[in-house]
Amino acid sequence: MGILEVKDVGKRFGGLQALGDVNLSVKENTVHAIIGPNGAGKSTLLNCLVGKLIPDTGSVMFDGQSVLGRTPHEINQMGISRVFQTPEIFGDLTVMENMMIPCFAKRDGAFRMRAIEDMMREKDIVEKAEAMLEDMNMADKHHMHAASMSRGDKRRLEIGMCLAQEPRLLLLDEPTAGMARADTNNTIDLLKQISDERDITIAIIEHDMHVVFSLAQRITVLAQGTPLVEDDPENIKGHPKVREAYLGETAA
Amino acid sequence: MLGLTKKDLQLMLIVTGLTMLAPFILNPFPESSGMAQFNAGYPDLMQRFVIFGIFAIGFNLLFGLTGYLSFGHAAFLGVGSYGAIWMMKLVSLNVIPAIFMGVIVAGIFSVAVGYICLRRSGIYFSILTLAIAQMSYALAYSVLTPITGGETGLQIKSTDRPLLSNLAEGETGRANLFGMDMRQSFELSVGDWLFTFNVGYYIAAVVMLIAFYVSIRIFRSPFGLMLRAIKSNQTRMSYTGLNPRPHTLAAFVISGMYAGLAGGLLVAMDTQVGPERMFWTASGEVVLMTILGGVGTLIGPVLGAGVIKYMENILSKINKDVLHEWFAFMPDGLEDFIVFLVYPFIGKGWHLTLGILFMLVVIFLPGGLVEGGQRISKWIKNRRKAKDTGGSTEPAE
Amino acid sequence: MEAIILQILNGLDKGSAYALIALGLTLIFGTLGVVNFAHGALFMIGAFCAVTFSRILTLSRTVIDETQTDFLGNPLKVDVPYLHDLFGQATGDAIIDWAVPLSILFTVPVMMFVGYAMERGLIKHFYNRPHADQILVTFGLAIVLQEVIKYFYGANPIPTPAPQAFAGSLDFGALLGFDPNLIIYPYWRIIYFVFSAIIIGAVFAFLQYTTFGMVVRAGMADRETVGLLGINIDKRFTIMFGLAAAVAGLAGVMYTPINSPNYHMGMDFLVLSFVVVVVGGMGSLPGAVLAGFLLGILESFASMREVLEILPGLNQIIIYLVAIIILLTRPRGLMGRKGVMED
Repeated sequence: MGILEVKDVGKRFGGLQALGDVNLSVKENTVHAIIGPNGAGKSTLLNCLVGKLIPDTGSVMFDGQSVLGRTPHEINQMGISRVFQTPEIFGDLTVMENMMIPCFAKRDGAFRMRAIEDMMREKDIVEKAEAMLEDMNMADKHHMHAASMSRGDKRRLEIGMCLAQEPRLLLLDEPTAGMARADTNNTIDLLKQISDERDITIAIIEHDMHVVFSLAQRITVLAQGTPLVEDDPENIKGHPKVREAYLGETAA
Repeated sequence: MLGLTKKDLQLMLIVTGLTMLAPFILNPFPESSGMAQFNAGYPDLMQRFVIFGIFAIGFNLLFGLTGYLSFGHAAFLGVGSYGAIWMMKLVSLNVIPAIFMGVIVAGIFSVAVGYICLRRSGIYFSILTLAIAQMSYALAYSVLTPITGGETGLQIKSTDRPLLSNLAEGETGRANLFGMDMRQSFELSVGDWLFTFNVGYYIAAVVMLIAFYVSIRIFRSPFGLMLRAIKSNQTRMSYTGLNPRPHTLAAFVISGMYAGLAGGLLVAMDTQVGPERMFWTASGEVVLMTILGGVGTLIGPVLGAGVIKYMENILSKINKDVLHEWFAFMPDGLEDFIVFLVYPFIGKGWHLTLGILFMLVVIFLPGGLVEGGQRISKWIKNRRKAKDTGGSTEPAE
Repeated sequence: MEAIILQILNGLDKGSAYALIALGLTLIFGTLGVVNFAHGALFMIGAFCAVTFSRILTLSRTVIDETQTDFLGNPLKVDVPYLHDLFGQATGDAIIDWAVPLSILFTVPVMMFVGYAMERGLIKHFYNRPHADQILVTFGLAIVLQEVIKYFYGANPIPTPAPQAFAGSLDFGALLGFDPNLIIYPYWRIIYFVFSAIIIGAVFAFLQYTTFGMVVRAGMADRETVGLLGINIDKRFTIMFGLAAAVAGLAGVMYTPINSPNYHMGMDFLVLSFVVVVVGGMGSLPGAVLAGFLLGILESFASMREVLEILPGLNQIIIYLVAIIILLTRPRGLMGRKGVMED
């Protein structure tokens, strides 16, 4: 039994069958990559996992509980965090404030009104946020406006914010899309470090085969809304079906 | 002290000082001088400064923090006023229960309105609040006349017999605080200056200081942080496990209660209320105040309220004759020309000045007068130490 | 039956005004993505174009008419419009009588220019700012415009009558075979409705059948792609702004005989027109027109005495009530597209 079990999930947009009978099992404390050509339904699948979309058929179980019908913030509180393709951070706030928000969310839940306390006097939160910034090598950017940082820094901040919630499953949507090689390699190292040091499961959607084969312990190939194969990386590389699906695309 | 940082405490002390000494500060010109008409230190106007300051502080808690632009906030002010005056008519002429009633009624009303309006965001939210406020106005004006007094509104009459009062037969009740009449004033005459210390003003000022203090605490609290997070990125907010809805609703209700507090205080001061208090122009006015002063800043809304109320009451009274007097030193033709140029912007035309000022602020100073002040002080600092080019940006007050 | 027809007719003229203003608002929102709170002011300026034009026509010189005397027996001073000198008395008077419809010719270029100036001078700088900023700056502009008008024309409504020929009413009921005098409808309101229908039709035809309109519609759907095709979409959008201003202005001109223009009529209509736009669906032109007429007619039904006896005050709140219900049940309005203003 994996920590995330996707069974027979189907999703239809009008006449388009975006997902059909997707089955997927992500084992605890592994890095699981979901790859596939454009339009394979990777993003749709991800949106079904986090509550943005509700699948027409099938079930999605996280740690033995169904996530279907729950709102994104409820699913997040169950222990699933999501990193977006373009970094979603609080651009108007400082880096430190950005980091404090998930710390509050972890401690106080989805809504707790603390309107009179001074947030900087919440010792545990401040310490935790500072430690996390330290981990992300961003301690020097404390007072910067998040929007004014480089894309690579925004990405690291977003990952750090997700980790601050101590999620059990971290979902990444093409975390290196649009990044330069150096930034990509930094991100790979960071993710490796996270998966080695922390008690965490990572599911990653990725286009870049270099990233996929550097990180993944297990790979699912999605094509036209259905999983083609699910196997270990070394078996995927030479798989005829995968080559077929990627014909014309860059295979590793 | 008071759980504030040093900087916030400084601000709090400055505001306290200014409001307590307002009768002096607002009356800088001697009575007999021509400038005396610019004196704003009379009770009626000073009360308005602080009461609309409260209204704007509350509006800013919603718009400044969450970014939800309500175009119907005057409805809460109006509802609060109606609640307060009924309390005075029926129960007690003491202002405290009346003000409490205003806050509670406005709070309940804003829970209902917020529950409906907050299902939408952006312009839809603005239009929904506007629609509900206009509806309240129309109802108060017509159907609800038994409760609201319709067009003429409600006043305390000689026939009103509040439960907890011992009025003589035919005596008209007056708003009081444990026997102290709101209209009671102490006048201090120093040379050619006359300073008026009014009971009503000081009560309103103390309430405003409390409201201001609470707003500082909310700004610096985890809750305030969450509200700013909503303004910044709602997607990240929900994917961080936070539910935006109760946060915005709480902010909306707090904001509505501030409006109710202002409405209750207005009634405590002049013991009357009419439906025009809920008209959409009144809602527009609080938007103007907040933006003009500096949205999202602590002191901005109070400043904005002061500027607009000053213009409304002082600038609007200047007429052509006064202008001619001022420019009398010029040659006749030039005098007429200058008066011709200036006249459209003052007196009855003060709205024009306000509109232009407001547009300039939105275009060039999105942070309002507060940002203007900051820019000027930074400019002066930079000139002082011209060598020093680098400088960290100060967090907004 | 008669009552229902009468109420539908009564709703049509107000509905026409709502529809025209909402159409302009939607054009601006759809093309430029700007929420224009100053659109009501354009309606008001249009109305004052009619006032100005009729004042220009009646510019007069004063002569002493020896043939007439006042009650003291002195010769009477008479104002003679210059038009009498130009065209003779009969033609001159006829022109003055027809001031309102004639002022259309004057209004269109003026409004096009006002719209153009507004877009180039102010709105242009707000494309990339948040909607809240757009609302605020155009709100400020609306205040300024109405104060300027107030300064020049005063605070009181200025009666601007329709031509004598249209002063009466049509017994609409008699035409349909009902008893006479049951359904009476002023001629001018019929004209207003027909006029609005023509303008609305013209705008739709323009968008539908001209290349220019096609590009604009494509731009409304996907601005970026059209820009990538090498088409200067901004310039066309500027022209659309002028057009929307002209539509609002025409709505204002023709409305003057129905309601004497005053400086705050723009704001009064704007608040309602925004509600109309939202009910119709932000960004949907047919939605704006449909909702305009629908709300106009509903408002007129709600003011029937029979309705008011059951639900007093309904006429005051019906539009807002409908708006609230629609927004809560159909978030995108009656005909709104997906993804408009939903960030």
